Amino acid sequence: MRAPASWLRDYCNPQLSTRDIADRLNMTGSEVGRIEHAGVPDADEFVVGKVIAAEPHPNADRLTVCEVEDGSGTARTIVCGAPNVAAGQTVAVALPGALMPNGEPLAEATLRGITSSGMILAEDEVGIGEDHAGIMVLPDDLPPGAPLAEHLPIADEVLDLEIAPNRPDCLGVYGLAREVHATTGAPLAEDPTAADVDPSDGDGGVEVEIADPDICLRFTARVFDHVTIGPSPLWLKARLTAAGQRPINNVVDITNYVMLLTAQPLHAFDLDRVRGGRILVRRARDRETMTTLDGVERTFTSEAALVCDGEGPSGIAGIMGGLVSEVSASTTRVLMESATWVGTNILRTSGRLGLRTEASTRFEKQLHPDLAMAAQRLAARLMVELCGARLLGETIDAYPRPVEPRRVGLRTARVGSLLGTEVPVGDIVAILERLGFGIDGSDGTLEALVPPWRFSDIEREVDLIEEVGRVYGLDRLPATLPARRRAVGLLTPAQRLRRRLEDALRDRGLVEAVSYSFVAPGALARLRLPEEAIRLANPLSEEHSVMRPLILPGLLDGARWNAAHGRTGARLFECAHVYPPPATEAGANPRGAVPVAEREHLAVLLAGPAEGGWRTAAPPADFHAAKGLLEAVLDAAAVEVRFERASWGRCILPCCASGTWRWERPSRSTQARWQSWRRARSTTAK
Amino acid sequence: MPDAAGRLDELRREAEAAVRSASSTAELEDLRVRYLGRKSELTGVLRGIGELPPEERGPVGQAANAARSAMESALAERIAALDASELDERLAADRIDVTLPGDPPPHPGRLHLITQTRREIEDVFVGLGFSVVEGPEIEFDYYNFTALNFLPDHPARAMQDTFYVSDDVLLRTHTSPLQVRTMEVQPPPVYAIMPGRVYRRDSDATHTPMFNQVEGLAVDEDITLGDLQGVLLEFARAIFGQEREIRLRSSYFPFTEPSVEADVSCFQCGGSGALPDGSRDPLCKGSGWLEILGAGMVDPNVYGFVADNGYDPERVQGFAFGMGIERIAMLRHGVPDLRMFFDNDLRFLEQFP
Repeated sequence: MRAPASWLRDYCNPQLSTRDIADRLNMTGSEVGRIEHAGVPDADEFVVGKVIAAEPHPNADRLTVCEVEDGSGTARTIVCGAPNVAAGQTVAVALPGALMPNGEPLAEATLRGITSSGMILAEDEVGIGEDHAGIMVLPDDLPPGAPLAEHLPIADEVLDLEIAPNRPDCLGVYGLAREVHATTGAPLAEDPTAADVDPSDGDGGVEVEIADPDICLRFTARVFDHVTIGPSPLWLKARLTAAGQRPINNVVDITNYVMLLTAQPLHAFDLDRVRGGRILVRRARDRETMTTLDGVERTFTSEAALVCDGEGPSGIAGIMGGLVSEVSASTTRVLMESATWVGTNILRTSGRLGLRTEASTRFEKQLHPDLAMAAQRLAARLMVELCGARLLGETIDAYPRPVEPRRVGLRTARVGSLLGTEVPVGDIVAILERLGFGIDGSDGTLEALVPPWRFSDIEREVDLIEEVGRVYGLDRLPATLPARRRAVGLLTPAQRLRRRLEDALRDRGLVEAVSYSFVAPGALARLRLPEEAIRLANPLSEEHSVMRPLILPGLLDGARWNAAHGRTGARLFECAHVYPPPATEAGANPRGAVPVAEREHLAVLLAGPAEGGWRTAAPPADFHAAKGLLEAVLDAAAVEVRFERASWGRCILPCCASGTWRWERPSRSTQARWQSWRRARSTTAK
Repeated sequence: MPDAAGRLDELRREAEAAVRSASSTAELEDLRVRYLGRKSELTGVLRGIGELPPEERGPVGQAANAARSAMESALAERIAALDASELDERLAADRIDVTLPGDPPPHPGRLHLITQTRREIEDVFVGLGFSVVEGPEIEFDYYNFTALNFLPDHPARAMQDTFYVSDDVLLRTHTSPLQVRTMEVQPPPVYAIMPGRVYRRDSDATHTPMFNQVEGLAVDEDITLGDLQGVLLEFARAIFGQEREIRLRSSYFPFTEPSVEADVSCFQCGGSGALPDGSRDPLCKGSGWLEILGAGMVDPNVYGFVADNGYDPERVQGFAFGMGIERIAMLRHGVPDLRMFFDNDLRFLEQFP
């Protein structure tokens, strides 16, 4: 979520720097990745100007020589390349010295013999939009010489936020403003969705039906006529651009603006392209197709929820609209959809389609149906204001199962006993009220009415305690230690043994390796071992696709890596789990069972001799070197061992022996199988 | 018998002269045999005493014994003198070349940096009264997700994050399943940490498909969020230095409520965010804080899965945390790329004694 600071401050403006606001948000759960800059680095030297005269450049066809009043009393000459510049326009001017978005100061320049002292600006030159077709023409009532930043957001800071999945409300600027209000106490401006417009008499002639209430909790629709499609005003373009949305046209921009402010996504249909004037919300038929707004034909499974008209799909519910009903320059009648979808369904469908959108990331977190109607109100005001539209008739509202309000009890004593510090009841009430909860009750028990924008997250007492804790301030908690009754810290005998064995090998010059638990199936075949191993259903690659039944392949990889980097003769060991097949399933509750009888193995690879001295030869890495190491390890484990000749299937390893050893404590005997090989080359070289 | 006495006197003088002129202990040994040995003339004289007339036996015996002791003491004196001078000579002759190298010490082995870090973390928490619990890496969906309060359609369950063996069996994505497994077998109180390998379907410089975590769990009658902060503070100071501070930030995990992220003050800049030359500290990116783990109070819904073992959320409460071992090691040792931990490159492994 990208939140322009100027937009946030419209709704809550504490006397703090943007950095400080970001720090507050960071501490209370809305993680600010970084603060970016939108527009120009510094708004100085950007002013409102008035074009007094505009004459064709004597030496160039496409340039215009303008005399521009900048409030200084004397006109300045600016050479302009835009086709739409004309005398009488009020324009945005960068004076020489102004820092442009690339950080370079604007210099006076001589263009075909005429010195231009400044620049008349297009949208993209100050980061307001992408339009470079012509200069921005400002309202006539702006006084020449006025700082441009007072009238256009040309320099803004943008908070780049990571919003937790339980906080869809913070995917809207107003929700973030409420967080700032809660943590700083600065006043919160009125909810922008509070006011509505009066509908005109009439009837849009639209019918809405929800065929499956398990995919759609609510579908509201409003009909607008007399819609004039055009570019949005500059302030709106600037906000969308800073928030990371490309301005398109006034109607589409309104839906995006309302979503970015309230977190409730909307969708606008060209009503004249809604066939049959009828909306049907239903599940897709298997392999049903539709082309989305991005021009891609999508194929659905029966899980997907579709918004259909009289003839077929017109949009994927909550994810992306369809091309068939796209708002275009010729649109005059708009059907505005504001719906509440079932989050889990949206998540599954967007995952299956590989299509995550601004809308789906909000819907998948389960919005409350009240928000749908709130967003309609704000959108209607903007439709009237920016598109000259008329709201026709009453809101169509399909809301089959109205959601009951939720009240959650809170024992105030539990706040202190969970957080570890007493929070005064007055503070508890104030915090919850600032967050929008309605608070009742006394005698140590409060009752909180959960506001719609927190409905998916707040169900239990502990959820309220988290709210109190994070806003009260986690930095105000004490740092205490648990009383630790009946608790002694101790490694188990097996853990101590493992450390002894690791130390024994390290002390004998071996280097411990840690290799991946998954190997290539071929790694087992190369050792002529049976390829029976647990296979991953979705491995990253074939090289990492089976769970190793023994550690050896990992150590061989390690030796090979080092040999390839000029270090032959690695002497490695690894102590890790191995995963002998099979993997078994369990019922709903495994009750302590494990799917695989994993075992802990210790493996050694001697790919080269130990180091010799100047008067003693290095002992070779042979069977007896390995046997000596094994005996040292077993000695560290206080285990007696007896060796006898054995064969190990068709294993390629040149020497095999099996030893029977007895470990007295805990008293059980087990078999250790181990191996050594004389020449690592024969096995490490594939 | 004047002849015998004269001969003995002669022998003695002859022997004393020979001893004086002897130049080595070996020569002296020859002289000892010649003059005092079993076949020597002196021994013959002594042996023949019995055959002498009685009146001669006494004087000849006394003279022979006197000659014998005189010869013996002359020999002993000369041996002692020669011994000393021969030792000096030998020492002078036997001088060793001390500049030659000594026998090499055994080539030093290494524990992997992960093991070293894991042991350090284990030791800190063992000292704080926690036991160490381990468990399976191939896990049931039930323990990895369901019993940790992940809703059926939680994004973390999606195929792209989790390695599956079958619908029901997966590679654990965190060590948190051991919270539930531990509480299943141990009634409260529980103080345990759970280290081990975990798996996520992700691979780049900061993500490997396998890495190591340490989970922590403390459940008792009166554990508070303040206790979590205190325990993490002790941990941070033990691992990162005694001047460190801990900061908790609000966060979200399905199996804790409240949930927090814990930051430790940056040990490189001391928390100021700036290096001594005034430039921005790249380690903490100028913030003065390093994120080290996620934590929180155990969500009451998790206790619901172990309710029949004494976990009633009205009677017990506790905290849990989980941290990445490699992350701690990377921060402390400046390891730039997570993948280095699993290449088993000796040039890397041997850097950490």
